[in-house]
Amino acid sequence: MWVIFVARNREFYRDQAGLGWNLLFPFLIIVGFGVIFGGKNFAEYKIGVFPIADKPATPAQLRIPERFKQVQLLEFVPFADQAQGLAKLKHHRIDLLLKAGTNPPQYWISEASPKGYIVEKLLLGALQPPGETLAVKEAVAGRPIRYLDWLFPGILGMNMMFSTLWGVGYVVVRYRKNGVLKRLKATPLRAFEYLTAQALSRLCVLFFSLVVVWIGCDLIFSFQVAGSYLDLAVVFLCGGLCLIALGLLLASRGTSEEMTSGILNFISWPMMFLSEVWFSLEGAPDWVKAVAKIFPLTHMITAARKVMNAGAGLGEVRLELIVLLLFTVICLTIGARLFSWNK
Amino acid sequence: MAPLIQIRNLVKTYRDVLAVDNISFDIPQGACVGLLGPNGAGKTTTIEIIEGIISATSGQVLYKGQSRSDAFREEIGIQFQQTSLLAFLTVRETLETFRSLYARSDDIDELIQLCHLGDFAHRMNDKISGGQRQRLLMALALINMPELLFLDEPSTGLDPQARRNLWDIVRRVKTRGKTIVLTTHYMEEAEYLCDDIIIMDHGRVIARGAADELIKAHCGGAAMTFPPDGIIPVLDRLDMTYRTGDGRVEVFIEDVNSAVRRLLDAGADLSAMVIRSPDLEDVFLKLTGRELRA
Repeated sequence: MWVIFVARNREFYRDQAGLGWNLLFPFLIIVGFGVIFGGKNFAEYKIGVFPIADKPATPAQLRIPERFKQVQLLEFVPFADQAQGLAKLKHHRIDLLLKAGTNPPQYWISEASPKGYIVEKLLLGALQPPGETLAVKEAVAGRPIRYLDWLFPGILGMNMMFSTLWGVGYVVVRYRKNGVLKRLKATPLRAFEYLTAQALSRLCVLFFSLVVVWIGCDLIFSFQVAGSYLDLAVVFLCGGLCLIALGLLLASRGTSEEMTSGILNFISWPMMFLSEVWFSLEGAPDWVKAVAKIFPLTHMITAARKVMNAGAGLGEVRLELIVLLLFTVICLTIGARLFSWNK
Repeated sequence: MAPLIQIRNLVKTYRDVLAVDNISFDIPQGACVGLLGPNGAGKTTTIEIIEGIISATSGQVLYKGQSRSDAFREEIGIQFQQTSLLAFLTVRETLETFRSLYARSDDIDELIQLCHLGDFAHRMNDKISGGQRQRLLMALALINMPELLFLDEPSTGLDPQARRNLWDIVRRVKTRGKTIVLTTHYMEEAEYLCDDIIIMDHGRVIARGAADELIKAHCGGAAMTFPPDGIIPVLDRLDMTYRTGDGRVEVFIEDVNSAVRRLLDAGADLSAMVIRSPDLEDVFLKLTGRELRA
């Protein structure tokens, strides 16, 4: 078992391209999102302003209502005349078109655009006389959680999913197809030993890349981990085991790489979108949430976020951990039973 | 001495295809047995059932008089027809990896020497030539010092030099007293290496014996060939069996002198006659026919 473990590890680190990709991919995603969401110049709505003859114009120079200029998340785009602005508005390149120097301000929106509706309300709100208290603002108590802090466990989870499903599932199927498994069957090696070696090797790879990516990203963004690192490691360990078991189950039969690739995609894409990697499913239809609950990735990411963002201990995520471990046992049992060395 | 392997009424069906049709034979200790047959005759299926890689539909395989236990895997070595090797390992590392899978193992340096792997022992598995690969697979089959060695078409796809080289290795292994079972469709390979030949076709054993016995039994003492013009009516008249092919007429006979006399008496023109000793290929073609197999 040990030698298969070593052989698989060697194969992994000598496959330089694969290694680089495994480490670089999650890193790039995190850095990419950090740059997009971390910077100040992130505009949610684009407001066209005309007539502005000489570019560039800073917002301060625009002859538009002062308090509207100060609304956050707006970007002002200058246009020479009305026709140009209207054309952009029609094609949803901007959300609202404003004529400078008019009082009361003259504006156009596209009736078909929900963003236009929002910006219109923003504009009207900005025009309201100050002093009148219509609503009382209360701050959200506690340390703020950056979007990136929320996103990071999801990205790590997604990376683990791809790494395990493809690194285990695809590789085993390829070995069955080209006869490596057949050659191994001719030795005293047992299926259980072989699969365990594969799983352990992948687990090592997972933790290695996890640590490297973590350190790399931490240097740039300095993540805040509310809970303990040990608890987080336990969560990722359970999740990793579970995903590896799923990979082994998918690889227990079959010799067609194309077919396996299809199945892996079929499983990993919904898992990626429904396991709250990128966005929360809050407010999604109940059946979508129910489907998401089937995926092990959902539980791992939920648990990781609880530990990282909310400072939960292992006791508070025990439900997720139990689900993950149960899933692991089920997949391994079925996978070992179905496993075939031959074509 | 009891046979090392006893095969009893072996049957293997794949869905509706009968690949092995109720065959029984023994493999004596220390012999080199060749399974010979056209493509699709059931050689590989048979050898893989004996190896324990695939299971038989019915029938049994006995090793040393008993059904095969876990120890069987420790005592056999297999060279498959087509297997890839673990990627990103060097030749030496591959040998080391496989060595660790067995309870007992041969010395790696000795194997590298025996199979002439020295020049590329540090090269990656996927960067070696066909002949080198085949020798590496042979070394892997020998790594646990097996008592019984299976070679499935060991020299298919090799050039003549590489083939001779491989044969030398097999012969040296033979002198160490190991039992060898090999499949092949090269007649000269079987003739050169095997003491005992089993000819299979359509999943059945159709002949068995040493090469010279088979030739004697099925093709007589000599083969005479003639150009086709004029000779066929004479042969028909004399009631001699003949075979046509490759633009020649071929007759297998027991005794050259009497045959030549009969033909001359019958007025045949023997000026373009060629006499040669029949070989295993003649036996093979006689028994399995000349038509191309799909």
